[in-house]
Amino acid sequence: MTQVRVPTPLRKFTGGSEAVEAEGTDVTTVLADLDKRYPGIRERICDESGQVRRFVNIFVNGEDIRFLQHLDTPVKSGDELSIVPAIAGGR
Amino acid sequence: MPARPAHATVSAGPTAPGEGPLVSPSVLQLIGNTPLVEIRRVRDGVAEGVRIFAKIEGFNPGGSVKDRPALKMIQEGIRQGRLVEGKTILDSTSGNTGIALAMIGAALGYPVELVMPANVSRERKQVVSAFGAKAIFSDPLEGSDGAIRLCRKILAENPDRYFKPDQYNNEANPLAHYETTGPEIWRQTDGRVTHFVTGIGTGGTIMGTGRYLKEQNAAIQVVAAEPEDAFHGLEGLKHMASSIVPGIFHQDELDLKLGIATDDAYDMVYRLGREEGLLVGQSCGAAHVAALRVARTLDEGTIVVLFADFGDRYLSTNLWLGWQRLT
Repeated sequence: MTQVRVPTPLRKFTGGSEAVEAEGTDVTTVLADLDKRYPGIRERICDESGQVRRFVNIFVNGEDIRFLQHLDTPVKSGDELSIVPAIAGGR
Repeated sequence: MPARPAHATVSAGPTAPGEGPLVSPSVLQLIGNTPLVEIRRVRDGVAEGVRIFAKIEGFNPGGSVKDRPALKMIQEGIRQGRLVEGKTILDSTSGNTGIALAMIGAALGYPVELVMPANVSRERKQVVSAFGAKAIFSDPLEGSDGAIRLCRKILAENPDRYFKPDQYNNEANPLAHYETTGPEIWRQTDGRVTHFVTGIGTGGTIMGTGRYLKEQNAAIQVVAAEPEDAFHGLEGLKHMASSIVPGIFHQDELDLKLGIATDDAYDMVYRLGREEGLLVGQSCGAAHVAALRVARTLDEGTIVVLFADFGDRYLSTNLWLGWQRLT
């Protein structure tokens, strides 16, 4: 199981939980499993073509997947995947 | 570095155009009096009788509109005796206000500590530290509300040590715009402005500017741009329905509030750079998307859209890095 850290605006999908679990071998499959458990969450993270939305950052164990293998970045049990909006809001 | 004494008074503020010499006694006197520039190309679908002007707040010395409220809040703090020598200026901010407070604190000799989400852009963190301010990072997953909460905690633990301008609840924030931004727009358009459009973060800009303009002409429409969803990429803007609503923000004073998609705002930023020569931040992209939506409904009018900052502070962010899809 991979630990997935969820930002405040998406916690409405996870019943308010900040950290949830999902299963998969890479970022794509973890997000697919996450969406099975919490329907609708994936389309907030990815656009219609399946790519990560421009303002979303995904980190695997603190490493930005843009500098790894994007959605193909391998994930194993015990890893932590964080979904972080690129911004902060408010000035 | 030797500590500089804090000055007891601040006298700074915008001067009228053409007034005074070109030498300023303080960087603080360069705040305000920003230019308007007409948007001539990125106005597709807009009738000829409608003119759109952008107020370029990046010309403020701290690089953003936030110099105005930051200066006013500090001036008021000093006037009320809440900010005195030996105190540290503390606030939560996701960037531009922090930079403004850091700059003004440096110019006046007050130490500054800023609580910001760890995911604010690298440039902002670096600018703040270049002004000698201390940055304290809050959980990026909690957004600006997380910074607000952490800042409250730090203040509660040591209330006598700090002066907290509290931009979200300090009436000096909208007052700065009532006294400067509003009159400038009125003067720069010769009173012809019909619509004022800007993004909402604290709400200070739209409240203060809107109040002044409506006092001059009650028919002027005040339009806010906000992210269309709580999960967005528009740094500096707040989705009010899902946020801690700032005490200074009163939705009933708006004529219209438009939700803007992050992708549309980013695409607009790219267009403004390539077609107008204006490299601005993502909140400006959102504001211009809103301005065009309003403009397309009109046969004639004079729209002023406020561009809060320039875009060079965002070159390390997702706006430009990694996920960019140029249109």
